[in-house]
Amino acid sequence: MVLASVLTTNLAILVLAGFIGFVVISKVPNTLHTPLMSGTNAIHGIVLLGGLLIVGLSGNGAFNKVILVIAIAFGTINVVGGFLVTDRMLEMFKSKPKPAAREGAEKPGEKPGGGQ
Amino acid sequence: MIATPMASSFLQSQSFLDVLYIVAFALFIQGLRGLSGPTTAVRGNRIAAVGMAIAVIATLLNRDEGNWGLIALGVALGTAVGVPAARQVKMTAMPQMVALFNGVGGGAVFLISWSEFRLTHGYTGTPTYVAIFSLFAAIVGSVSFWGSNIAFGKLQEVITGRPVTLGAAQQIVNLLLLVLAVAGGVDIASGDHSQAIFIGMLVCAALLGNAVVLPIGGADMPVVISMLNAFTGLSAAATGVALNNPALIVAGMIVGASGSILTNLMAVAMNRSIPAIIAGGFGGGGAVAGAEGAGEHAGTVRSTSAADAAIQLAYASRVMIVPGYGMAVAQAQHAVRELTKELEKRGVEIGYAIHPVAGRMPGHMNVLLAEADVPYDQLEEMEEANQEFGRTDVSLVIGANDVTNPAALNTPSSPIYGMPILEVSNSHSVIVIKRSMNPGFAGIENELYYEPETQMLFGDAKAAVSEITAELAQL
Repeated sequence: MVLASVLTTNLAILVLAGFIGFVVISKVPNTLHTPLMSGTNAIHGIVLLGGLLIVGLSGNGAFNKVILVIAIAFGTINVVGGFLVTDRMLEMFKSKPKPAAREGAEKPGEKPGGGQ
Repeated sequence: MIATPMASSFLQSQSFLDVLYIVAFALFIQGLRGLSGPTTAVRGNRIAAVGMAIAVIATLLNRDEGNWGLIALGVALGTAVGVPAARQVKMTAMPQMVALFNGVGGGAVFLISWSEFRLTHGYTGTPTYVAIFSLFAAIVGSVSFWGSNIAFGKLQEVITGRPVTLGAAQQIVNLLLLVLAVAGGVDIASGDHSQAIFIGMLVCAALLGNAVVLPIGGADMPVVISMLNAFTGLSAAATGVALNNPALIVAGMIVGASGSILTNLMAVAMNRSIPAIIAGGFGGGGAVAGAEGAGEHAGTVRSTSAADAAIQLAYASRVMIVPGYGMAVAQAQHAVRELTKELEKRGVEIGYAIHPVAGRMPGHMNVLLAEADVPYDQLEEMEEANQEFGRTDVSLVIGANDVTNPAALNTPSSPIYGMPILEVSNSHSVIVIKRSMNPGFAGIENELYYEPETQMLFGDAKAAVSEITAELAQL
């Protein structure tokens, strides 16, 4: 592929991915914002791949190897820690016996057990 | 995506790797879709994790891959640190954990750019766009790394949570650092191969990260954490363009989008512009906020006792709990849940009113209450809760301050004027649990405390709530 078209392809992917991100994430309710943050946090640990790719190339000197090992370690902390912590949080949301009965702000007066 | 004549087997062919990457992003997107509801969220997160595993495996299958020892070392180190940290962190410490994970991501980004710079001897023989994206990633990654570390330090209270500013010079300094970092980048992109310039650029970006986050007070943390998350995502996407790796581009952009949406939501919930928050201090200077209203209300604060609070709660038909950062600090969420269970037994209807910026990160209160097994359907978002205060007998405010301040509605001179609040004073009576009359992070006097329907119960949130529960049991 010609260089210019590699760039345009990548830019197209960049723009489309941005739109998809906006559409998908706009639907997440306030209640789940912390897990959303920590989940997307884990996803940006994908820079780990950059470390894996560069460390495989020939010509890395000793200092570069050190930087890359740190980068891979950082990326791994980000990915593994991020997904685990999100999982822990979400388990707490899931373990409720009752599913969410109400959607949005409708029906404010439907809760059981008023009065005494 | 460059065609490879050297592919040695099908598993290592570029098209196969590309297909794996496409599978990986499909899983990321599907996983995030799952996060839109509490019942599908766990599975969504796991689907995204599988996507990540596939992306990593695809990369390792790459025929250029080597230096397996180094890879194993890096992954082992990362796992050894990340897994115990994620397993053991308390839910109350979640904001700083997220800040820390975000920081290491940014750290990885700028280190990768640096190694790329060194490996190519200053981007010799690479197209200019590669240099530009790589340099962008280096600057933004470095800002995010240092900024997140400072945010972590503030949240962990290693450094003060109050704004640390250079006063009027702050914005000039920030601007200067930004200009220097960008100038270094432009110099390198236009053909300078000097590593000293590259390091200088990283240092300026590092100082900028510090200078941007240090002046930010605790109450603005939800905005900052979301913004740094977006930064790391965007820098990862830039790394993806520089390395021609579509998986990085897609994942990075999705995170960039999510971080930007959250940043904007948080800023809207505080009725403040993002630049104003970044410029630091509350309302553009601590002095204004401090002077406002201090000593203005010499008068009537009614205090109450746990026994009296218990009676009021027991004979209410509807009680609204209004949690804030104070609940997180005192780790009172379990005590609160005990209290509400006791009230529910007596037929009291319970709701939790959650302000979007209560706490130190988006959704902070929800996580804590979920940990304490509060049913998801009792958690009410601000608009919903505000419709309910009118028919609420008692609002119990636990460690929330600025998000309940009526000054935001009716005192145009207040620094928080215009911020949407939880209108607790519409309820029949209000009990505020608070350690003292000290104003909150923003340093603004809360008019709520002086209103006739308000009673103050002074004490640590956890101790006070447990005391009420104990009194309740004796009724």
